[in-house]
Amino acid sequence: MSVKVDIEKRLGDFSLNINFEAADVVHGLLGASGCGKSMTLRCIAGVVTPDRGRIEVNGRVLFDSEQHINLTPQQRKVGLLFQNYALFPNMTVEGNLLAALRGQEHSTAQKKVAEMIRRFRLEGLERHRPNQLSGGQQQRLALARILLTEPEILMLDEPLSALDSYLRWQTELELMDLLDRFTGTTLLVTHSREEVRRLCDTVTVLDAGQGSGSMPVQSLFDAPETLSACLLSGCKNYSRAEKLADGRIRVPDWGAELTCSPIPAGLQYAAIRAHHITLADVSGENVIPCRVQRVIEDVFSTILMAQTPGGTPLRVELEQVNFALPQPGETLYLQLSPERLMLLK
Amino acid sequence: MDLYPLYNALRIAAISCVIVFFLGIFFAHWVAKLPRVLKGILDVVLTLPLVLPPTVVGYYLLLAFGPNRAFGAWMMSAFHVRLTMVWYSAVFASVVVAFPLMYRTARGAFESFDPTLRDSAQTLGLSNSYIFWRIQMPYCRQGILAGTVLAFARALGEYGATSMIAGYTPGRTATISTTVYQLWRTNNDALAFKWVLINVAISFVVLMAVNLLEKRERREAR
Repeated sequence: MSVKVDIEKRLGDFSLNINFEAADVVHGLLGASGCGKSMTLRCIAGVVTPDRGRIEVNGRVLFDSEQHINLTPQQRKVGLLFQNYALFPNMTVEGNLLAALRGQEHSTAQKKVAEMIRRFRLEGLERHRPNQLSGGQQQRLALARILLTEPEILMLDEPLSALDSYLRWQTELELMDLLDRFTGTTLLVTHSREEVRRLCDTVTVLDAGQGSGSMPVQSLFDAPETLSACLLSGCKNYSRAEKLADGRIRVPDWGAELTCSPIPAGLQYAAIRAHHITLADVSGENVIPCRVQRVIEDVFSTILMAQTPGGTPLRVELEQVNFALPQPGETLYLQLSPERLMLLK
Repeated sequence: MDLYPLYNALRIAAISCVIVFFLGIFFAHWVAKLPRVLKGILDVVLTLPLVLPPTVVGYYLLLAFGPNRAFGAWMMSAFHVRLTMVWYSAVFASVVVAFPLMYRTARGAFESFDPTLRDSAQTLGLSNSYIFWRIQMPYCRQGILAGTVLAFARALGEYGATSMIAGYTPGRTATISTTVYQLWRTNNDALAFKWVLINVAISFVVLMAVNLLEKRERREAR
């Protein structure tokens, strides 16, 4: 059970170029909005035709520009949950579900629909129209409708973004149950690193239409390879970096030289997460003297914005502060320990 | 009072309305899929009868269908069918004149159709004809219904092109609009007024029906 995608698509100034493989996992496509995530799903579903490339699901070729294969969406047997759910507004809940089983014997279809209605807790809503349902119910209906077609892969386009924060967590828990039960490959498009972390096993990072390969979700957060992956994983501190001799690098934006190893070939940037920066008493190895610009109290932490000698401020997040908070203008010694530094291409 | 003009006008409007309904939807659906330049040109051509004076439409129809013209003569010799100065001649006129109303409203309605509904229906395995008739058409029914009613009303009131291609023959090609003109021309004001009232009543009932339909729909949607 696998998905192999390697496609190119141009649309005006925008060009999408993505390749990845995923097998029997929940695979995330992570990227900022407008980066081509939804377009990728639409290409796989067949409602958009790529310019070049190949799409394969479970060994079945859905699209191959060289062999001139381009199956219709109807032939592809892939399930796509649209961001707005795309429920048929003129049909009832039951009608929407029965439509997915068109061509099957009526009594069998009725039985399957009744089971889905029970499984997705839509009892009593059979005669309602989609616009009479809550956001969560609409999503459950859309998912039920997709599962009735027994798709080989499941694709979810920002499944939680249309819901308010109160519903979102409940729906996310339900989604987890569903993904656990679904045996095929799932592709999940999102702009939220938290959702990737919680829901996905592997991930492809998309940056301005470019995305290549897949990596375990864990390594996106522990050891991202590129700056865009690093930024999408939520890291806010980065500087250009140059390799020096003896396991040292120069970080001009922070105005410092740091020790770290091993230094990858093609090093371009160094980054460190805000909560990985620690406070040191005095200047020393990997310690940058900074001037406090701002002290911000967040819900469960304190954020310091500190001006580096290089000009780019560092964001420092301190979870529990059991000392007097520094005041703006004071000098702080920030320690960027070698094992916490992320070296990026 | 001879009610033939009422009967004739209603049957012409009804037949034209059915023809225009399918033609308008077909072209609205088809033109939307064409490349931009061709779409622009065809759009102008198909809307032209809306802005042309009906007499100009009548003139063109006579050019094509007249018994001494190519198509008209061929129909005459091959099928012994006369295309002008018979009751159904008015159908040709009404179809051409009412077509742009249906075409434009249907096109506007189709443009408002959420394309992700089509996409999702396709991925669910539904055929394109099912999607069109069972999802897109119901979705667009407000616009389609409005276009149909406008086309019917326009066909019922068609005068200029009709008088040229079907003329006014009492009991044969007379419609309400040509009868009103004929009665007024012959100073039969009282009878003309009766026909005017009938026409107003029909229009009133049609528009009323549409409003009621819309209201019921809104109630159902709630």
